Amino acid sequence: MKESTRISMDLELKDIPGQLALALIPLSEFKGNLVGVFHHREKRTPSGRIPVNMAFEIAPANLAPLLEKLAENDISVARVNEDRLIEQLFVILIGHIVHTDIKDTIDAIDKTGSAEVIDLSLSMPKIDGESSAHMIISATGKNELEHARRLFLDIAKGKNLLVIEPIGSDGEVLA
Amino acid sequence: MKTLRISIIGFGSVGQGVARVISMKQDYLQSIGLDLKVVAIVDSKGCEIDAKGINLNNALERKATTGTVALLDKDSIYVIKNIEHDIVVDTTPTNIETGEPGLSNILTAFEHKRHVVTSSKGPLVVDHKRLVETARKNNVEFRYEATVGGAIPILNLARDALAGNKIERIEGILNGTCNFILSRMAEQEGYTYEDVLSEALGLGIAETDPTSDVEGYDAACKVVILANTIFNMNVKFEDVAITGITRITPEALKLAADHGYVIKLIGVVREGELSVAPKLVPKGHPLSVRGTLNVASIQTQLAGHITVSGPGAGSLETASAILSDIISIYRTQ
Repeated sequence: MKESTRISMDLELKDIPGQLALALIPLSEFKGNLVGVFHHREKRTPSGRIPVNMAFEIAPANLAPLLEKLAENDISVARVNEDRLIEQLFVILIGHIVHTDIKDTIDAIDKTGSAEVIDLSLSMPKIDGESSAHMIISATGKNELEHARRLFLDIAKGKNLLVIEPIGSDGEVLA
Repeated sequence: MKTLRISIIGFGSVGQGVARVISMKQDYLQSIGLDLKVVAIVDSKGCEIDAKGINLNNALERKATTGTVALLDKDSIYVIKNIEHDIVVDTTPTNIETGEPGLSNILTAFEHKRHVVTSSKGPLVVDHKRLVETARKNNVEFRYEATVGGAIPILNLARDALAGNKIERIEGILNGTCNFILSRMAEQEGYTYEDVLSEALGLGIAETDPTSDVEGYDAACKVVILANTIFNMNVKFEDVAITGITRITPEALKLAADHGYVIKLIGVVREGELSVAPKLVPKGHPLSVRGTLNVASIQTQLAGHITVSGPGAGSLETASAILSDIISIYRTQ
């Protein structure tokens, strides 16, 4: 059972007291387990902020709310994990996922160049029954993710797949 | 002491709940200066009328033993037109295609200058605008808190307690039967939709024909009522994008749970979106309530998110929302 996932996050903190607490308190609120914190005072950014790498474990569902809370606290997040794909959407699919060519669905998202399917697992209890899957789509930014999401929903509709999205995942495209 | 005379139109589970609640609350009502008299009760077979006030316990007992409250062969329209009273409490069954019989009952009440409290969604889904305008034209009150979320104050919360706030979005679980089914499937590994549906039927949580609940139609009616009441929209049932829960598999619930989510049937009302669909809700989130509970989260401009949760159905629970509407009409008089 996948309860939590390891995240490595680069933050850029203002050089004033109390900034690290503004990052750590939300992590604790969302039940993250801190593995390590490393200050890089020698790599100060042009705006004078101090890069901090924070490694932690957290339930995947809590990552997006954590990022929102950090943004509210005016903590700048420069990177999440090794990839530059920082926006993610977790969805559940129900239907004839294999029969309707899952590879074609994944390819269509990957072809956007700014989004890709980074995780997929399929549960198929009966050969001729409907199967269920989870899928994680990742993108380089909010707009890119929203474009990929709409593309994906269109494809799923054409294949009569039921898509279950997280609440609040109906963000408007900004540009 | 002020006397308010009411009629109870429809004497099923909710109508009987109203009679019980009024009977239970006599001392309290007297203490706030309200002498509440039920002067007529109507069911599908006829009615009982008593201008001095019906003995509610006798009426309930007669209904239980004979299956009807009827002592006279008169229908709801006759009572609403001819019996002098102040508030019509309509608890007739919902028909979302015609709105009847509630629609005619309510319009007749307004024309005779009587206030209306209803628990019937049908009239509001079919013709909300006409009902509100007719009530206004006749200078009478129209309250229907019991139509959305049963006992939970959602409409009155948004209108009264949150007055002055712009409501940006409302989302929540608006159907207890679906919540029960999805909660049980998530808790009992391997339980299919069909397994839990038959359990819900046995417990009286699902109706013999569960279509309206499990296909999301009942929740969609509530979305329409919220949109028209709180967002001043003028929308119909057809304007709601509806997906029910019949395709949800135990495997989907397991995959969701492994990633920290539960699946709930969520209704959403906001500018540009009216929907009912299964959604992923993080475990521990205020919308992740279990069992037959309903919950609504109101996103406001000034006050952030306000979330209310509680029983979405039940005889006394729904009657409590009706009683609060009656008292709030009394306070405006």
